[in-house]
Order: sequence, then C-alpha cells, then structure tokens
Amino acid sequence: MQSLAIPIDQLEATALKVREHIIKMSTDGGCFVGASLSAADLIVYLYSEFLNINPNNLDDPDRDYLFLSKGHDVPALYGTFAELGLLERDRLKNHLALNDHIYWHPNTHIPGIEFHSGSLGHLPSVAIGVAMDIKIRGGKNKVICIMGDGELNEGTCWEAALVANAHKLDNLIFVIDRNHFQANMPTEELIPLEPLTDKFEAFGAAVKRIDGHNFEALHEAFSAFPFETGKLNVVIADTVRGKGLPSIERRADRWFCNFNAEEVASLLKELHGEHLTNLTSETLVVR
Amino acid sequence: MTYEELLTQTALADDRFIVMTAENRALVRNIPGKLGNRFIDTGITEQTMIGAAAGLALRGRIPVVHALASFLTMRAFEFVRTDAGIPNLPVKLSSFIPGFLSDGNGPTHQAVEDISLMRGIPNMTVFAPADEQDLVMMLPEIWKHPHPSYVRINTRKTDYQHRPFKLGKAEVISKGEDVTILTYGLLFEQAMIAVEILKNEGLSVGLINLRSLKPVDEQAILEATRESTLTITLEDHFVTGGLYSIVAEVLLKHCQTAKVIPMALKDKWFKPSLLPNVLEHEGFTGKQIAEKILGYNTNAYQPEISIPQFSE
Repeated sequence: MQSLAIPIDQLEATALKVREHIIKMSTDGGCFVGASLSAADLIVYLYSEFLNINPNNLDDPDRDYLFLSKGHDVPALYGTFAELGLLERDRLKNHLALNDHIYWHPNTHIPGIEFHSGSLGHLPSVAIGVAMDIKIRGGKNKVICIMGDGELNEGTCWEAALVANAHKLDNLIFVIDRNHFQANMPTEELIPLEPLTDKFEAFGAAVKRIDGHNFEALHEAFSAFPFETGKLNVVIADTVRGKGLPSIERRADRWFCNFNAEEVASLLKELHGEHLTNLTSETLVVR
Repeated sequence: MTYEELLTQTALADDRFIVMTAENRALVRNIPGKLGNRFIDTGITEQTMIGAAAGLALRGRIPVVHALASFLTMRAFEFVRTDAGIPNLPVKLSSFIPGFLSDGNGPTHQAVEDISLMRGIPNMTVFAPADEQDLVMMLPEIWKHPHPSYVRINTRKTDYQHRPFKLGKAEVISKGEDVTILTYGLLFEQAMIAVEILKNEGLSVGLINLRSLKPVDEQAILEATRESTLTITLEDHFVTGGLYSIVAEVLLKHCQTAKVIPMALKDKWFKPSLLPNVLEHEGFTGKQIAEKILGYNTNAYQPEISIPQFSE
C-alpha cells in the first residue's frame, strides 16, 4: 500500500474547513447537517486521495466518477468542491438563492456533479450503467456510488447489488455512509440493517468495513481496490451523524437543521473544541 | 423487415447503440449473439435497467430498452421520469404488449394508462405505430432523435402501405365529412375495417393514424374535427389521459369546439382473453366500431382477427 499522498493533518484541516462550510449552510433555510457531517471525511478522502477528478478533467471520459446517491449530504460535497478548487468558495453563500443552483440536493448545474439525486435508491443503477460502459470500452476508470444507510431501505439498492454482481462490476464501489440513523430514528430501531457486511457478502460483493472518520483506515480500504476480481466492491464506513459537533451528534431531532446566526457562530467555535452550543432553534419533532 | 432485424442492423452499424432488456427477450432473441457485450440483460429489474440505461446514455450511448409495457411504464415510472426525463437523456423505451396486446395476461399486465403517464414527463416523446411496417418506418427517426422516447411496440401485420414517417406528423389515411376516426396502434387494423363498413353505408369517412402522440400533429386534429361532423377517438387506453384528452387539449388550446366521442376503456380494465375475444367482448372489432357510429346493426363481414403468438 502506498502511503497517503497528502499528510493526514492536511486532510484533517480540509475536512475541518468542509465542516465549517456545512455549518455556514445550515442557516437561512437550513440543510441536512447531520448526514453532511457524517460523510465529510470520506468525501474529502475520496476527492483528495483516491479519485482522478479535478477541475481540468471534468469532461474527460477517462476521469473517475462519483455519484452521491444519498443526495441530502450535498453540503459536504460542495464544501469539498470549494476546498479543492472545483467550485468558487463564494458560491456557497448562494445556498438556496434563486440566482444559483445550490439547494438541498445535487444537480448537474454544478460542475463536478455527474447526476442529480434526491430520490433514494436511484444512483446505484445509474453508476452501474457507467461502470458497464467503462467495462465495454476496456477503460480503467473507477466508479463510486455513495449511499446512506437509511437509503438501504430502498429495494433498488439491493436490486442494483444483484445486477452489479451478475455483471462482475469490479470497477464499481458502493460506499455506505453508515451513520446508524435514518431521518427520524436509529436504523436498528426502524428497519434493522445488521449484519450489514454479511448481507452484502451474501449478494456477492467484496466488503470492507472501516471507521469512516479515520483517514488511515479509509486509505487502507480504498488502496486495496479492486478488492476481488469480478466482484462489486462495498465499503461500509461506520460514521457518526453530526460528527464534529457534539451538541448534535447522534441526535434524532437534529436531522435537518435551520440554525440562527448565534447558533452558527457558536457551532463554528464548538467545531474547534471550544465549548458546547446551547441550541435554541426549533428541533424536529420525533415521536 | 422485422423489429429485430432493424434493431440488429442499426446497432451493428452504430456502436453507440446498446440493447437492454429486463429479461423480456421476445423481440431480441437473436441479438445477444450478434451484439456481444452491447446486449445487456439486467434480469427482472425494470428500475435498475432504466437507471443503468441513463448511466450508459451519460457515457454517450443510445440504450434501447425492452420490458413489458406495464412494468416499463409503471414499476419503473419514477426511474423513467427522474433518470431519463429530468436529464433529457436518449433512453429509448420499447414497450412490449401494450394495451389490448397483453390479451390473456390479466390486469397486472394491462398497460392502458401508459400514453397518459409517458406524455406527462417533460422531454419524453411518445409513439404508437399502427403495424409492423409503420413501426419499422418510425423507429429510425425516433432512435435518431436526441430525447427519451416511448414506443408502443406493435408487430402485427396489415395490408396497408404506410407513407414515410415524420416525427410529430400524423398519417392522414382518408378525409371525410360525416365522421373521422382518430386512432393509433393496434386498433388501426379494426379502424380500417370500420371505415369500409361506414363507406358502404354511404358515409363520407376520414381516418387518421396518429403515429406520434407527443409531439402531436395539432394541425391534423384541428382539420379533421373542423371538416367532419363527428370525430371518434379510438384507442386501447383509459379514456383519461390518452388520445381523447389530447384532442380535448388541442381543441381548447385553439378555441375550437367539435363533437368528439371517445371509444376507449372507461375507468375499468378489460376482460383477459385471447385478442380476438378481447376485442369482441369490449366492443372494439371493426364491425362493432362501425355499428356504434351508425347506431344500427349491419350485415357487414368482420374479417377474422389473428391471434398473436404467445411471447414474453
């Protein structure tokens, strides 16, 4: 395994900046903060280290592809784009503005977004189509589809796993942001997913399960790509919903957040370990 | 030329074409051996097939996808709308056994709202050929067009020699002052029979094969309804959202009124049986259509209706 091209402290610094962007987008209408924070490290890792995607190759048929199927964590993606030069930082201020296209789900008006999402369970199949074409052409591109764990309730995710297995798409990686929550409650209390590794293995995939906030673990897992010849690759990244903000971590009522200005200012300090935030804005009602 | 011959020839000549199926191989039996890895069977997964077709189209391919009409349009509806419709990708839907052609299968397989569903998707185009010759004439234009398309596949044979197809244009078979029948797809062959009977009864009868339902030939509809005392919309589709609705929309848009009677399925599925029995039971044989228009019975001869070969 090659060591990380970018030192860990630099990846961590980028991830911290991405989290700042997420927090700044969580006001004036709000966004899906918890899911964005759980996916931030793995998205930063993938674009910084693993994927051949940069501002100059977005139309190159030999580039790698990343599909964000869970969609509502797009602030993590836009934050990463801003830090890696794919998107002007200033545009993040246009969140929910009519004169731009930065809203709660990804769309192809933003350079670097390969496909729109929002309806769960769609992009595994779109990614399959791209991976199939790359196979037909004998290409070497990697194709990643990031799914949420709640998204795995959708039958089409499993249909896609069956088809990817049948077509031996070892150029395709399903990455599961396993933050253990779906919208309103822990996954295991609503639609239990465990044992998740066994499930994907039973579908014919080669699976790695790692700590999705640990850059060394991410690097070790992705460096082993393709995990097994002829098998769909699956990475289950165990993460924490709301990671980086202890005052909202693992809180069912802090799925979608629309913070006020004082809360945002305080959360930005909390991110840097200064104190916990006294949240006063409305929470989601969880019954 | 058959559908399969045309598709094979097209795909062999242009490697952008990918032939896909959700294990509905009736129309593409010999294609796997000819196209190799450009033939993709995703199994019984209409949704995944459409998503994958969108992914292939993203990479510059033109996927021609096959499934039974009801599953292609209803099971996979959101995938068609969201993955092909929103990005306006050239995903080409070939829908097998639409309308009455599902004959003995039962209501699960009856796609009698497909036109309504598909034409409601922005960017989607919708076509319904009258017979195999019409189908084969239409497809090259449809496949060349850079938008998603939905085609009601109809491989039945009629004696009619169709004129070349132009996207968005209807085929005016005849013009009439008393009554004009507007129809598409399978029922064209019964409409031809009805027209003969009506002419023998002394009526001046028009017949239009719509071909392209979206975009639709507004001019042909406006002229027919203006020049004819009575207009009939004839379709193997629910009365809601199909040709009757299209005609109503066109007339309203152009501030024109007309006497239009729908012959369609009125808020119910049809009785499953072999096709000739279905048409007879539901009142859609040429003779029955003519007699409904006339308002009396005749001694006219109803030619035998061929039974489609079972193929799923």
